[in-house]
Amino acid sequence: MKAYLGVDVGSVSTNLVIMDENEEIIEEMYLRTQGQPVRAVQSGLKMLGEKLGQKITIAGVGVTGSARSLTAVLVGADAIKNEITAHAVAVSKMVPGAQTILEIGGQDSKIIIMRDGIVIDFAMNTVCAAGTGSFLDHQADRLLIPIEKFGDLALKAKNPVRIAGRCAVFAESDMIHKQQLGHSTEDIVAGLCEALVRNYLNNVGKGKEILGPIVFQGGVAANVGIRDAFEKAFNQELIIPKHYNVMGAIGCCLLAREATRNKPTSFKGWKAAEYDFRPTSFECKGCPNLCEIIQIHENDVLVARWGDRCGKWSNISVKVG
Amino acid sequence: MKVTFPIMGNSYIAFKQMLEDLGHEAIVPPMPSARTMTLGTAHSPEFACIPFKILMGTYLEAIEKGAELIITSGGHGPCRAGYYGVLHQKIIEELGYNTKVMVFDSINMGFKEFISNLNYLLNSGKSSWWRLIKVYKAIWDKLMALDEIEILSHQIRPYEIEKGRTSKTYDSCLEVMDQAKTKSQIAEAKEACFGLLNEISQDVSRKPLKIGIVGEIYVQIEPYANLDIQATLGEMGVYSKRGIHLSEWWKETTHQTNNEEEAIKAAKPYLDQMIGGHGILSVGETILHSSHGYDGVIQLAPFSCIPEIVAKGILTQVSRDYGIPVLTIFLDEQTGKAGMETRLEAFIDLLYQRRQKRLEGAVS
Repeated sequence: MKAYLGVDVGSVSTNLVIMDENEEIIEEMYLRTQGQPVRAVQSGLKMLGEKLGQKITIAGVGVTGSARSLTAVLVGADAIKNEITAHAVAVSKMVPGAQTILEIGGQDSKIIIMRDGIVIDFAMNTVCAAGTGSFLDHQADRLLIPIEKFGDLALKAKNPVRIAGRCAVFAESDMIHKQQLGHSTEDIVAGLCEALVRNYLNNVGKGKEILGPIVFQGGVAANVGIRDAFEKAFNQELIIPKHYNVMGAIGCCLLAREATRNKPTSFKGWKAAEYDFRPTSFECKGCPNLCEIIQIHENDVLVARWGDRCGKWSNISVKVG
Repeated sequence: MKVTFPIMGNSYIAFKQMLEDLGHEAIVPPMPSARTMTLGTAHSPEFACIPFKILMGTYLEAIEKGAELIITSGGHGPCRAGYYGVLHQKIIEELGYNTKVMVFDSINMGFKEFISNLNYLLNSGKSSWWRLIKVYKAIWDKLMALDEIEILSHQIRPYEIEKGRTSKTYDSCLEVMDQAKTKSQIAEAKEACFGLLNEISQDVSRKPLKIGIVGEIYVQIEPYANLDIQATLGEMGVYSKRGIHLSEWWKETTHQTNNEEEAIKAAKPYLDQMIGGHGILSVGETILHSSHGYDGVIQLAPFSCIPEIVAKGILTQVSRDYGIPVLTIFLDEQTGKAGMETRLEAFIDLLYQRRQKRLEGAVS
């Protein structure tokens, strides 16, 4: 059976999806990147290969996420796309008619405005991580609440407290202050959810025309507390797609199918999971910029190089000497 | 005297010659780099904007090379940049250097000071006003030629077949221009550079998107401050035109042209007063770009720049009214290009889809 592989390597999670030709999701995988994108991608590839390697033939590969260039080298990608486009492509297939996409991941959050199936506006967080999953993770940790229970707890709140949401540092000191005053944990947790939503809307969503249907996706969409706070803010229900936390990877499958319509795939095969990928780096002393050059070796052969501002090293035939 | 000046794009080539022709030793600061940024941030107030920090670093690097006088320009209306010269001077003094900062404000902001600054520059270089007029003519040609060459490079880059060829050719053009000193040499060098750029093999079947770049002057002009956005766009196959080039700025300041007035007039329904810096121009130019058939606009703003923040708020409405997508990029100390590339790629995808849709609409 022909199938497509989509890989989304973000700062917090590495997601892999296998989709068949009828756009059915055969397998989805959500792994922690833990600062080691090479290992995360290879272990995902290994698990998929063992499970499905006999049954399917990969006809196309798409990659996205902040580590997309690296991932493209690891797996051999046919489509390399930014996260905005990948998410929008997935939504226009999975939730036809959607006009707004709220996407909150580990380190970044974005809003995508769509009309008639195409992106007309978007924004990504720039200032700080206060509106993202990492912030919630960190605060849950501080309150000794498992992140999975965070949302349910928020729903039990009677009087959510107001917590400053502008910046993670302000929010944290404000939260501690409220704890010391004796507010209940439920009220504080609900207050945090509201603060995150307020921050998101004032920052990422500022000036955007948010119309329904609104789709909410990314890892944070699992948090019912946040979902509730958004629904209150918009006064309407949000759509959370079935595969909400791997939508970027799904978009990649669709993009991979598009990219391989008239050409064979560049997929390196399941065996790429066993390859020895070794990143090395050196500081270029050619000018005062002192660029940090990254080199990727595949089984001792140099296969990619980047990080230079001037483009001198990106050409891999240049010798380092 | 050893005289230096800020680095802003390719203009250093003209300024260097001007100082030399007026009898000074020109100290060309190193091109802004990670080191400039490190020096600049270490000696600047944390809340200052990125142009201030890069200039601070540039001045300190020029002082290391022996600069005794720094020539710079002033600000524009209610914007912090108007105080930057004073503050830079104070920091330089506190660090124990004797180097002076000389600020040339627009001639209509203070005719007397402008003239007395010039007088000082001429006397200390043992040059006359006659000499200045002669030098000025050549330098003016050079500045304009440099801008024309840069603009041509941005026009050609989206069509280049070998990625990076235009940037390489452009670099050699700058060397050619640096050698040209007299009016006739400058004219010849300009033609030679046009020839070099036009020789680049191009795929003319491409239909590049057109993006207008608006925003604060320094981050628009200096590629180090904007992560080389115009070359990056060009290599992504996009033609970009920025709102301001130094020769144009000079024409405006000396009232030879009134493009600024046109932009200010266009902005009027949204903003009827100067808000400092280039805020009002960001609004007006976006409207003009829209009526000139541009596909989109990118606003470049130093992080915490009030005029550009105000403009950003207004651009939301302009974008809706005129149906022109606007992407705002705030620039600060970050050197990682990945974040910007992601936004640019997504923005370009958006513009292509819109264009596609418009074309389909035209057919049906």
